[in-house]
Amino acid sequence: MALANQMLKSGEEAERRMEEIKAAVPPEKTLEVSDLSVHFGATRVLTDLSFRIAKGSALAIIGPNGAGKTVLLKTLIGSLPFSGTVRWAPDVHIGYVPQKLDLERDIPITGVDFLNARAAVAHKPAVGLCSVLALVGIPSEVAQRPIGAMSGGQFQRLLIAFALVADPNVLLLDEPTAGVDEPGQEQLNELVRRLQKSQGLTVLFISHELSVVYQYADNVLCLSHEHAWFGPPSTILTPESLRQIYGGEVSFHIHDH
Amino acid sequence: MTTESLLLSVAMAIAAGLVGSFAVMRRMSLAADPLSHVALPGIGIALALHIHPVFGAVVALGFGALLVWAVEERGGATTESVIGVVFSAALAIGSLMTTGEDLIEALFGGAGALSWSEKIFGLSVAGAIVVFIIVFRNSLVIMMVSPDIARTAGINVRRFDLLYLESFALTIALGLRYLGVLLMGALIIIPAATAKRLAHDLNSMLWISVVLSVMATTLGSGLAMHLHREAGPIIVLVATALFLLSLMPRRPSKK
Repeated sequence: MALANQMLKSGEEAERRMEEIKAAVPPEKTLEVSDLSVHFGATRVLTDLSFRIAKGSALAIIGPNGAGKTVLLKTLIGSLPFSGTVRWAPDVHIGYVPQKLDLERDIPITGVDFLNARAAVAHKPAVGLCSVLALVGIPSEVAQRPIGAMSGGQFQRLLIAFALVADPNVLLLDEPTAGVDEPGQEQLNELVRRLQKSQGLTVLFISHELSVVYQYADNVLCLSHEHAWFGPPSTILTPESLRQIYGGEVSFHIHDH
Repeated sequence: MTTESLLLSVAMAIAAGLVGSFAVMRRMSLAADPLSHVALPGIGIALALHIHPVFGAVVALGFGALLVWAVEERGGATTESVIGVVFSAALAIGSLMTTGEDLIEALFGGAGALSWSEKIFGLSVAGAIVVFIIVFRNSLVIMMVSPDIARTAGINVRRFDLLYLESFALTIALGLRYLGVLLMGALIIIPAATAKRLAHDLNSMLWISVVLSVMATTLGSGLAMHLHREAGPIIVLVATALFLLSLMPRRPSKK
């Protein structure tokens, strides 16, 4: 009995030591951005931005319209010229969900064509497509429709499915649930959360919904026209700082689940 | 029409159907015409230097595609302005350089004897274009939906853009003998535009476009021989008739 107690105690101690070691080792970085500046002609959009993102964490990017949130994501995927450094970990595979796409309604490309194309480019068998469709909540008859004929919410789900087809370890989401119905938004937010936890995905997402940011983000990068703030939600999302950022009263409530 | 000429025109039509499918989906329909005009000064220079006009056209079209590609990067209205101005100027200069019978043939196509070099060039280029579009159709589809997404999927968007534009330019070069500078753009665009109305997915789009393009080319050439007229305008009229047929109201599909 005494021996058993002792063993239990030493077990607890070992666990505590392990925790301490974990805390002492700096977490692996997936992304390191330093002195990033982007300008279009004479207009500066982003100025000397620096931040780092730990592997497996979730970063919310918030800020008023025109603060450069979408520009930041496009810069991170290499679509825009910039100065400064953007350093991704070498093993990174990015899944990117853009904000809004301008598509012709009558384009004869179906949802299945689109996902098949991604699987083929990644040299993956197309058999996993059904499970991805189920994950994002697209019925198979909707996936057979031309992408231009889908509703905004359906197409948004398809874009998320597209980002997931090739097994990414980083997700960049530009307002991923814009146009999706309320239960769907929750389903998709929970999906991203689940993938982040179970597969160690690193997630960067743009959102205007502060309650969602509070609930899902480990860190918040807040862009405003003059400044940028970076830190955990509890320190960034205070009434004072929000007033400074958005220039008015902003209130939000935290959903309980 | 000889068997060899028929074979060559079918190969050209297949390439046009495939290239046209993506041109229509990428909303490049209006760029097809002006780009084909740049062939004319190339033909003029080639005639002056006593080399085969097709090769002059290929060089000029290659430069034309490169120019579109280079200004596309700047984006916005500049692309359309550049295409409008440069390629109209090319047509004007080309018309001054080429005269008489040569000019009519360059503009509307005309049958001269097929040289060996032209046959080999035509078949190998058409084959290369067909292989390129079929092998890389998935990358082209993703790029068409969003270049940003394509980049994150590891697709070299700029390189594929150039390769596609050059395929487009070479397809025009293939058709110059049959349809000429003014009408070749139509064979690339009209069957694909018809297919876009009828198709329900990517594969059916590509198939329908190729079948219609081949139908227009063979039926048009046959009809032209029968009527003792030039083939180019008749081919375009057959393609147009097929397009008009596709506009006919269809019965609502049963669910």
